[in-house]
Amino acid sequence: MTSMTTTPNTVLHASGVTMRFGGLTAVRNVDLTVNSGEIIGLIGPNGAGKTTFFNCLTGLYVPTEGKVTYKGTVLPPKPHLVTQAGVARTFQNIRLFPNMTVLENVLVGRHTRTKEGLWSALLRLPGFKKAENASRERAMELLEFTGLADKADHLSRNLPYGEQRKLEIARALASEPGLLLLDEPTAGMNPQETRAAEELIFAIRDQGIAVLVIEHDMRFIMNLCDRVSVLVQGEKLVEGTPDIVQADERVIAAYLGTPFEGAPGDEELAEVEAAETAQSTTSTEGDTQ
Amino acid sequence: MTTNTTHRDSGTPLIPLPTSLARHTVTAGAAIALIGTFMAWTWTSDFPGDLTVDGYPGGLQLLTLTAAALTLLFALSAYGVQGLRWLTPAGTNAPLRLLALATFGTTGYTLGAISDELGGIVNLEPGAYVSGIGALIALIAAFALPGDTPGTDTTGDNPWRRIRHTLAAPSARPAQPIPDWAGILVIVAAFAIGLYVFAYGIDTAYTELFIGFLITAGFTFAALTQAGLLTRLSALTAQHRTVTLSAAFVAAICFPFTQSSDEYALIGANILIFATVALGLNVVVGLAGLLDLGYVAFLGVGAYAAALVSGASTSSLGVHFPFWAAILVGAGASLVFGVLIGAPTLRLRGDYLAIVTLGFGEIFRITMNNLNGNSGPNVTNGSRGIPAIPDITIFGWDLGISHDIAGFTLGKPGNYYLLMLVITLVVVTVFRRSADSRIGRAWVAIREDETAATAMGINGFRVKLIAFALGATLAGLAGTVQGHLTSTVTPEQYQFAGSVPPNSAFLLAAVILGGMGTMSGPLIGAALLYLIPAKLQFMQDYQLLLFGVALIVLMRLRPEGIIADRRKKLEFHETGQLDTPETSLTDTPVGVTKAGA
Repeated sequence: MTSMTTTPNTVLHASGVTMRFGGLTAVRNVDLTVNSGEIIGLIGPNGAGKTTFFNCLTGLYVPTEGKVTYKGTVLPPKPHLVTQAGVARTFQNIRLFPNMTVLENVLVGRHTRTKEGLWSALLRLPGFKKAENASRERAMELLEFTGLADKADHLSRNLPYGEQRKLEIARALASEPGLLLLDEPTAGMNPQETRAAEELIFAIRDQGIAVLVIEHDMRFIMNLCDRVSVLVQGEKLVEGTPDIVQADERVIAAYLGTPFEGAPGDEELAEVEAAETAQSTTSTEGDTQ
Repeated sequence: MTTNTTHRDSGTPLIPLPTSLARHTVTAGAAIALIGTFMAWTWTSDFPGDLTVDGYPGGLQLLTLTAAALTLLFALSAYGVQGLRWLTPAGTNAPLRLLALATFGTTGYTLGAISDELGGIVNLEPGAYVSGIGALIALIAAFALPGDTPGTDTTGDNPWRRIRHTLAAPSARPAQPIPDWAGILVIVAAFAIGLYVFAYGIDTAYTELFIGFLITAGFTFAALTQAGLLTRLSALTAQHRTVTLSAAFVAAICFPFTQSSDEYALIGANILIFATVALGLNVVVGLAGLLDLGYVAFLGVGAYAAALVSGASTSSLGVHFPFWAAILVGAGASLVFGVLIGAPTLRLRGDYLAIVTLGFGEIFRITMNNLNGNSGPNVTNGSRGIPAIPDITIFGWDLGISHDIAGFTLGKPGNYYLLMLVITLVVVTVFRRSADSRIGRAWVAIREDETAATAMGINGFRVKLIAFALGATLAGLAGTVQGHLTSTVTPEQYQFAGSVPPNSAFLLAAVILGGMGTMSGPLIGAALLYLIPAKLQFMQDYQLLLFGVALIVLMRLRPEGIIADRRKKLEFHETGQLDTPETSLTDTPVGVTKAGA
């Protein structure tokens, strides 16, 4: 239970997060800690409340109970303030700004790290050009980092799927986060693209950014993560290293279902076969009638 | 096999004729039409413009002459004549077809108008037949020329599609680099021509001439687009932005000096007010994506506020502020109302804003009507409005009286035109600078996907409120001048939809028609929307009907507006763009569906 306590190293600490929509409890009393330099996986069957939990962390939803702190301060329940504080995210279904260019998308990500307002833009005050150039430079660096530099002037809607995913990550990185939340970053990707995404996430971790990732691809998660947390029906089932999680029976049960109670094996098999023969005889009888 | 079929498709023009013969015929036809304009077209000067003189074309004949001369010029360019090749960097035959249409349209319209007004074709003199037949020959032969773009399999079946296909041209050849001074000269020349054409359109003295002008100008504009000349020009203007803006500004300054009569200068000033307010609305609608259906109310707030402090005898305040203070009061009042309306509604998403602004527009008008001392305190004199607003005096320069400047007389509308031009310049600068900045990108991001924008750290409410308040302020700024120009403000000037622009519906239409999110789009859209009803008095009864029809046709044929935003252009015409990803075909549909989810 060491992971439950906050250390100076802790980037994100969620305690007792509960989210109810009317009578439905989507997330129930979930605790999660992310330390700096860690990649944490969040897995669970469909409808387990992973994305809802993400939305609670990023201020899109206000949790019914519980609190979320980022580097020791409680996160405000407003998405833009959460990003300002240093938590950036991507979306499960890509949400780029489709009719802006690739570069402009990343520049929008710089919003919280620049502060030139309307007056500065209208009067072209001295700092304006400098800030604008610095932003562009940083954005180009990020495009370089994600391998999109040569497509800077393309409309983001025209990028192929895999590159749109990358661009979403570049845009999130532009806000200089201390924690990056990735919601199914490899959904719809082929194995090569998935491996490339893996490399990219390791590179992001190496820059000192902690990563929390939701994913269904077990191989990807087990390769990538330092710790994995399993959500089932809104509750945290187990948390630990990939090995521990993979070996946990409850996790397997959650994904694959539990075997029959009582005596499985030969006896049951015989039962099934008997049933099948019985059914085929009835159907032939049905034909003759 | 397939390539063969498509080639035969594109090679088969609508009318079968050998290409070289067709080209000769177009040239000959255009030349005949041109010669015809030097002969009398009718026997009586009852038809406006006096088309009875031999050897001296006038009125509508001049338009035919222009169109025929352009057709000749482009036909020569199609021959590959040295020194004229630059005319057709993109299409060759498509612009020729369009110019032949311009010639035939103008000539045909003139002949029809003469026959109609004077009672029968007996009133036509030989010159009219010469021009008419020449134009017809040129038109038929022009459609015998092959298409500029390779045909597709679908071109064969549908005649309408085939005609549209023959009028399409490929994208322009890469341009030869030209020295800076030459580029600047070209821009200056283009704006001089633009000013001349615009002034000609405003100055058309009778309806027939204006319709002829619209036909000629419309087809010629399309021809120049298909020839690739406008693409070239916009590339040049992008290269020399400051020069372009200065040239446009100088051309605009020159306009009132080309006007001898106050009537046309007044049209110019009104167009400028309409265009400026439309550009202000473009910040709200085009950039931030906030649908404002009551925008004209902010113009009204500015006008009323300025009128109240103008020293008009009927003003309930009875104070006389200098102009600079009046302008601040007008813009400030609009700003306050913008924030008051925006603050509660901009927190919501979706269509609430449209409904609230629509309501605000009506509330403003009704409130101004009711503050008449009868059903409320007397502030605005109700429906009688505030009349006799004194003219503005700037540095001892009374805008209400005529001034002689370098031999030109500048009347009251001319003075206000120039003042309004300064305001337009302010609004243009505000639009350009705010669009190309952190705040402008935030507006576009909010418009594109508000959830993603807030997740990127953008305070949606704050940014939208800034856009809304800025738009309101710009309208208020224009309102102060408008109130002084009309010298009366009444509630009925500021309706949702009325016969006289600017009203909210027309403002929105100017933005959409011209091109959302662009700078020149609303200016052009507003100019057209003001000019056409102002010149075609007979249409006044059907104005809203025709306006609706025009809007539907435009949305069908050119949904991005007259001036296409770079983004919109790519959005509506996915094919044939340079920007498509270099991926295999199997990748693309996946990306598209996922991104759209």
